[in-house]
Amino acid sequence: MKTFNKVFTVVVLLFLYVPMIVLGAASLNAGTDPAVWKGLTLFNYGELFRDGVLLPLLLNSVIVAVISSMLATILGTMASLGIHAMGPRMKRTVMGVTNIPLTNPEIVTGVSMALLFAFIGTLLKISNVLGFVTLLIAHITFNLPYVILSVTPKLSQMDPDLREAALDLGCTSGQAFFKVVIHEIMPGIISGALMSFTMSLDDFVISYFVYGPNFVTLPVEIYNYTKKPLQPKIYALFTLMFLVILLMMVLMNLLEARDDRRQSLARRALAGRRERAAE
Amino acid sequence: MRNKTLAAPYLVWMAIFTVIPLGIVFYFAFTDGTGAFTLANIDNIGNYLPIFVKSVWLALVSSIICLIIGYPVAYYIAGRSHRGQRFLYMLVMLPMCISFLLRTMAWVALLDDTGILNGFITALGMKPLPLIRTNAAVVLGMVYNYLPYMIMPLYTVIMKIDPRLVEAAQDLGCSNPQVFRRVVFPLSVPGIVSGFTMVFVPAVSTFYISQKLGSSGTTLIGDVIESQFKTAYNPNLGAALSLVLMLLVLICIGVMNRFSGDGEVATV
Amino acid sequence: MSKELIRLVGCTMAFDNEIVLNDINLYINDREFLTLLGPSGCGKTTTLRLIAGFLTPTGGDVLFDGVRINDVPPHKRKVNTVFQRYALFPHLDVYENVAFGLRIAKLPEKEIDERVTEMLEIVSLRGFENRKVTQLSGGQQQRVAIARALVNRPKVLLLDEPLGALDLRLRKDMQQELKRIQQALGITFIYVTHDQEEALAMSDTVVVMDKGRIQQIGHPEDIYNEPKNAFVADFIGESNILDGVMPEDYAVKFFGRRFKCVDAGFAKNEPVDVVIRPEDIDIVPPDDGHLCGTVTSVTFKGVHYDTIVDFHGFKWLIQTTELHPVGSYIGILLTPDDIHIMHKSEYSGLFGDYSSYSAEYDEINDPDIYPEDISEEVSETSSEGEAAKDEE
Repeated sequence: MKTFNKVFTVVVLLFLYVPMIVLGAASLNAGTDPAVWKGLTLFNYGELFRDGVLLPLLLNSVIVAVISSMLATILGTMASLGIHAMGPRMKRTVMGVTNIPLTNPEIVTGVSMALLFAFIGTLLKISNVLGFVTLLIAHITFNLPYVILSVTPKLSQMDPDLREAALDLGCTSGQAFFKVVIHEIMPGIISGALMSFTMSLDDFVISYFVYGPNFVTLPVEIYNYTKKPLQPKIYALFTLMFLVILLMMVLMNLLEARDDRRQSLARRALAGRRERAAE
Repeated sequence: MRNKTLAAPYLVWMAIFTVIPLGIVFYFAFTDGTGAFTLANIDNIGNYLPIFVKSVWLALVSSIICLIIGYPVAYYIAGRSHRGQRFLYMLVMLPMCISFLLRTMAWVALLDDTGILNGFITALGMKPLPLIRTNAAVVLGMVYNYLPYMIMPLYTVIMKIDPRLVEAAQDLGCSNPQVFRRVVFPLSVPGIVSGFTMVFVPAVSTFYISQKLGSSGTTLIGDVIESQFKTAYNPNLGAALSLVLMLLVLICIGVMNRFSGDGEVATV
Repeated sequence: MSKELIRLVGCTMAFDNEIVLNDINLYINDREFLTLLGPSGCGKTTTLRLIAGFLTPTGGDVLFDGVRINDVPPHKRKVNTVFQRYALFPHLDVYENVAFGLRIAKLPEKEIDERVTEMLEIVSLRGFENRKVTQLSGGQQQRVAIARALVNRPKVLLLDEPLGALDLRLRKDMQQELKRIQQALGITFIYVTHDQEEALAMSDTVVVMDKGRIQQIGHPEDIYNEPKNAFVADFIGESNILDGVMPEDYAVKFFGRRFKCVDAGFAKNEPVDVVIRPEDIDIVPPDDGHLCGTVTSVTFKGVHYDTIVDFHGFKWLIQTTELHPVGSYIGILLTPDDIHIMHKSEYSGLFGDYSSYSAEYDEINDPDIYPEDISEEVSETSSEGEAAKDEE
């Protein structure tokens, strides 16, 4: 049974990565059709860097992702602190509201925000209300729950005496937060921020409904592209992005693994030292 | 403890950008282009019933397949050492971080009539298979895209099961299959519920997958809504359809909560 | 005549080049209450898990009724375990938890009901059948754990520090309860604890362990009165342990004086460890005493005073019901019965001086030694868990 699970898992993982291989190969393909191999080339990568359209779009995506994740992290962390102080009933209501963007289908979120902006547009007599601002607002909105769901558990797990110790030693509430609490919840803040960034960068459905013609993100443009045969440099872009993210994750993994190993070695060294010292 | 009012800006934000928009959807659903109250949109929904049914059906099939495929994988990962778990978890998460549009396009390239798989098939001398533009292709696309959403909550729940419970079951006479059936599986149900929800909801509302891998015969409710807003420009109908979709999702979550027992559905 | 039920022959257990059990030889009889006693990390829980079947020894054999069971998986062994943190199934109520093993054995429903009801009666939990186990107090959960194990009528019950999470008075009550149940049912209990009072109170036989080795096996009184080495003497109760020499049988020399004692069988002029229990020492006026010293500290403990006395730089602990204030010059009287002699061992010199009660205190000022922030018992079990997982 165990070997079955092992083999099965390997097969499933391969299945998950098949498209990466296809797209990776397509990026090195001299031809434009991924199904037809026309020889190995790095031409597409060159094209990518010479391209004046794709990279600015990527930049747009990154800008929106960075700004929205930063703002969502700040707003969301504040919210988590507030939620942590709430009574159970209120906490439940607020967490319910927080869950709405997560459990709602993306299309409904996108559509509802589009309607909201249209409404505001007619109210304020603005035509063409959709643009960078609406996009940013939408991204912040769907990022917030991720931040809150990352930070709130860390707050609950934190030893409540820590904050009181800080107050006891003379800190104001604010100082207690910045000197003590924030360090305890930092892993939650970081993972919330990273998740937001990743979700933002790749978001298509919601952006599709709230973007304006003057500020287009990469996924939306790729969607529009896919009405004609795709340019191979897009495959190159994809493969590069994949490799970058893969590298980042491998690095994070290695760092965590090294941390673990260091801890277990330290533990063993202590046991040895204590024995020797007792002699 | 900390000041509750810190959450105030967030609550205001959510009120404006999450709650009110839903109210606006409601409003649009029950009005026509001039703003007058009408039930015409709701009536119109009846025309789309077959499409709703198809969406639910395909999403259901995909969710079940994801469960069947995802459970052994989650179980396997949960049994690894710390390092193994982290590594495998990363491998499963990684595809999710990268453009699902392009990954779906890769499946088009694989399944197309002149695509890669058919390339192999014709090379072997057989006739090309109609792989794309079928229900099966759409299901494949859904399973592929949403499988990690099933594996993640399952894995989280399974790995939290106290190993002492497994030992206690063995101590009391359970062979390994019995341990699974009587202890591990019942305790993993919250994960199943979570995972199922996280797959079903996006699957039932997708439009991209059905567009690329499906045909006119596999138009899903997401496609219809999208077209109402982008091409047909009938936001009222679109809003009405969205409303029904939301209702559908709420019913699904409600049903799932029943299975979960204590009413807690883990998210993300 | 009691029958031997379990025997460990030369058992060794190593994890990742760390030797956790070193040549354990032990036999356990039918109807015996045997306790494995020792500090965190001594290997007692590992020994228990070897018997339960959750571990396979890297060397040596485990015999049950004369049959080698090294490779027999836990679910096939006729032993049941009460886990340290109870390990009750959260998705089942009290009744189903207790009935669990019986259902696996496919007993008829009627018999299951009879046995579960009987067992709940024995542990005083009648009426709790339909409660969710997560809604029970620690003491109640503990009794469900015991019932769940005993209802299967095992030949041997293994208990892994079951009373650790209970508070003091409840623990004392449960100690008596467990002893009563063991004697009523006539089952062998193998009990693991680090609490020596508990071990002395409940056991027929105590096995004192340290660093993966058995230090001494015996009846509680023997272990207390005749410890074999400085470790046992220090771990069980309080002891003053001094360096001495035995010039001949029944005589021992320490602190420059010769005392009559009741031990024999040592080599002529062999260096030995001398053990004197604090409660055995009488305080007398300095002129009447065998030895004289100055009181350096007195602590009132209710039952007695802990009086620390300095004799030539070596601090003794004397437990006495009268107050002898700090600074007073006193004498002590020792009778031959009070003096117990032990061979020197690797533990000589480590214990016995009452400058401090614990080894940790001595190390406080030493920056090279880091206190362990994880208890070794936890890391012992977690390293087992890691090892077990990596084996898959």
